[in-house]
Amino acid sequence: MDDFLAARLQMAFSLGFHIVFACIGMVMPFFMSVAHFYWLKTRKAVYKDVTKAWSKGVAIFFATGAVSGTVLSFELGLLWPKFMEHAGPIFGMPFSLEGTAFFIEAIALGFYLYGWNKVNAWFHWFTGVVVGISGLLSGILVVAANSWMNSPSGFDYIDGKYLNVDPIKAMFNDAWFSQALHMSVAAFVSTGFAVAGVHALMILRGRNVIFHSKAFKIAAIFGTVAACLQPLSGDISAKDVAQRQPAKLAAMEAHFHTEKNAPLIIGGIPDTLNKKVDYAIKLPGVLSFMATGDFNGEVKGLDQIPKKDQPPVAVTHYAFQIMVGLGMAMVLIALLYFIALWKKRSWLGSKWLLKLFILATPLGFIALEAGWTVTEVGRQPWIIHGVMRTADAVTPMPGIAYSFYLFTGVYISLAIIVSLLLYRQITMVGKLYDSSSDHPKN
Amino acid sequence: MIYVVIVFLWTSILLYILLGGADFGAGIIELFTSEQNRSKTRKTMYEAIGPIWEANHMWLIIAIVILFVGFPKIYTTISVYLHIPLVCMLLGIIARGTAFVFRNYDAVKDDMQKLYTPIFVYSSLITPFFLGIIAASSVSGQIDVQAPDFLSAYVFSWLNWFSVTVGIFTVSICGYLATIFIIGQADNEESKAHFIRKAKRTVLVVMASGALVFIAAYFEHIPLTNWIFGGWPGITAIVAASISLIVLFYMLYRNRPILLRLLAGFQVTMILFAATYTHFPNIVLLKNGPNLSLLLHQGQTKTIDTLGYALLTGSLFILPALFYLIYIFQQKGSETDDH
Ligand code: HDD
Ligand code: HEM
Ligand code: HEM
Repeated sequence: MDDFLAARLQMAFSLGFHIVFACIGMVMPFFMSVAHFYWLKTRKAVYKDVTKAWSKGVAIFFATGAVSGTVLSFELGLLWPKFMEHAGPIFGMPFSLEGTAFFIEAIALGFYLYGWNKVNAWFHWFTGVVVGISGLLSGILVVAANSWMNSPSGFDYIDGKYLNVDPIKAMFNDAWFSQALHMSVAAFVSTGFAVAGVHALMILRGRNVIFHSKAFKIAAIFGTVAACLQPLSGDISAKDVAQRQPAKLAAMEAHFHTEKNAPLIIGGIPDTLNKKVDYAIKLPGVLSFMATGDFNGEVKGLDQIPKKDQPPVAVTHYAFQIMVGLGMAMVLIALLYFIALWKKRSWLGSKWLLKLFILATPLGFIALEAGWTVTEVGRQPWIIHGVMRTADAVTPMPGIAYSFYLFTGVYISLAIIVSLLLYRQITMVGKLYDSSSDHPKN
Repeated sequence: MIYVVIVFLWTSILLYILLGGADFGAGIIELFTSEQNRSKTRKTMYEAIGPIWEANHMWLIIAIVILFVGFPKIYTTISVYLHIPLVCMLLGIIARGTAFVFRNYDAVKDDMQKLYTPIFVYSSLITPFFLGIIAASSVSGQIDVQAPDFLSAYVFSWLNWFSVTVGIFTVSICGYLATIFIIGQADNEESKAHFIRKAKRTVLVVMASGALVFIAAYFEHIPLTNWIFGGWPGITAIVAASISLIVLFYMLYRNRPILLRLLAGFQVTMILFAATYTHFPNIVLLKNGPNLSLLLHQGQTKTIDTLGYALLTGSLFILPALFYLIYIFQQKGSETDDH
């Protein structure tokens, strides 16, 4: 494997691994705080049990998220030194603020996990909320750094030099808002569906039903509400991409030719040689509408982009289809759930609804990874859009392939151990957490 | 503003060595503790370190962020030429952080513990070892930006006796910090006496490995003696550290755990000071070509200014919260450990 490819894959794996833990670390504290709030208000033991069980999960995810994040902050230099040499001082602002946010998060988590019965009950609850808020803030900040790579600003690029650096302007670049919004909502969708799915499975199996029903409801409401907001935010993102990165939009849509009244292409197999998409469903004018707000608007195709500046089409296109398809599937499930909540209470305990949620457990995270693939692969061949090529940024050290194998092995083993740990937490609920256990033998 | 940033950088590194070091030391002394005392040591350490260990770890991140935002050339030079030890350190960090959590949060305590514990202990040893190697290599003048081949560019930049002995020295410092720390945590006279005996032994190890560093420096033609004893600040720092060590020995049997920790922290601070002040502002010494300096290789003024303000504002939030956290969990005898 050549070093450049290895470096890209290693970066992609590390980020793809980290993002799962980061999202859970961002969102679970909110679930936890809601359960904790009910416990303080109602004094029903089951809410305390749920809170405690979840806080164990948060601790496991936090630690894994923290170490994988630490690896990332080194990897930026280990793999992309030329990039960091120039970009560091420009897009570093969000990272330095993020340091503060992480720190507060880590401190608040210390209070939260170890503070039961040691500090005032509401102060204790509040530290849980702080964990969530600072986690969310740090997520928004890193995404601001990433959006700068899509939409570089805050400096003048003259004769290969980066002059007049303005870190604040770089942080509030054109893409940060749409990306930060979309990412934050995505974190709620994916964590909400994943957690709800696991609890749904336990309900279906008749284990500690009261416990799991309360937990399910909290997670499901967060997840479904966010799922309905996601297409709206995705639309903002799409318009934004159309403006600043037409090449990315064209790759996402496998849109080879510039045209007015451009169709939205759903599914299909892009054929880059003959510049067409086979077996696709085409909705005339919809792409023009999505990108420009007008069914007759002109959308730039790949034909306007020099060959050497085109991103890989197939990967970007498939990833985009997966994200949008799964997003829509989750909207459907959300709607069914709302109907159940408001009109058909009888559906709530029904097997099919639970099964639907069980099936949906991984969908949010798959959509999330797909979405990042769209953003990152769609940015290629640039590491800083329009300024620096990824190939020019890679480290001169040979043998990166070995480092790639090594880290891949590490991440796979970590993923296995974390799954085992979670499985054990969940199967031990009856013994460890459920004080009102309806199945005492568990 | 550049000096504010440099102070933050130095302080973050110091705090990482002190707090993170005590934390690594916990794993290291577990390795050197006999079977029957091991679970006792582990439990005591866990109670003391659990609440703050995440936060300890953040100092490293702060230092890295300051480096890549404020001093990108320094950050990238280190990342390129010390790639291999950095990767080793990262593997240590991953293994240790996760093993710590796994062994304390696994819902079922079974044979998996036999897997977590060795990972935890050995990675506690490896991480500071490579940290020491990295620190030593950046000043040992072995980094060669014009190296003709792989070995001299990416391996001999860090694989030499000086770096290795500094690695060992760092490990023993961590063990020392942890033993001093744990004395105050002991809840009965017997284990206290046990930890005091340990502390005395680690002092000897620290001294011996420190001597090794000087010997290695001599053979590698690194003017370490000159750096440290060549001017009054270095001499003062070393004398102050020695005096405080004597005071510490005197205090070992009195019941003053906080004072002991402060003294040990003071000694390490002095060592770091003596080791860094002669180079200032250079922090990476190269074999061929100009040394990398915190003053000459800083980012543009606007970057440094915003970085400085961000750090100052951040510390307004962080420091009070951190002190409050440490204070709350130092209140001993607080009732049931109910997490
Ligand atoms: C639960 C996950 C999830 C779901 C259901 C969706 N997305 Fe998404 N999408 C993401 C998760 C995500 C993401 C992983 O979070 C990305 C990557 C970068 C970013 O800002 O968000 C993303 C990026 C992303 C981009 C590229 C933004 C850029 O490069 O700046 C567009 C245009 C969309 N999305 C559009 C949509 C649309 C129209 C959806 C309709 C349902 C949708 N997304 C659902
Ligand atoms: C956590 C969610 C993220 C995921 C899943 C992700 C995914 C990816 C993928 C798949 C690639 C490889 C693209 C290719 O080479 O074809 C990549 C590259 C990269 N990403 Fe991201 N990314 C994420 C967030 C970020 C953030 C927040 C940053 C920086 C602030 C970032 C910086 C980079 C860099 C520097 C590269 C390598 C250069 C390149 O290939 O363009 N990524 N990422
Ligand atoms: C290049 C990209 C990234 C870098 C360099 C990075 C860096 C880090 C670091 C250093 C930590 C450890 C902090 C601690 O000890 O608490 C961390 C954790 C975290 N990161 Fe990332 N990160 C990146 C991408 C992302 C992305 C894309 C997100 C989310 C949108 C994110 C969100 C988080 C969160 C929420 C945590 C806290 C850990 C937890 O609560 O589980 N990071 N990250």
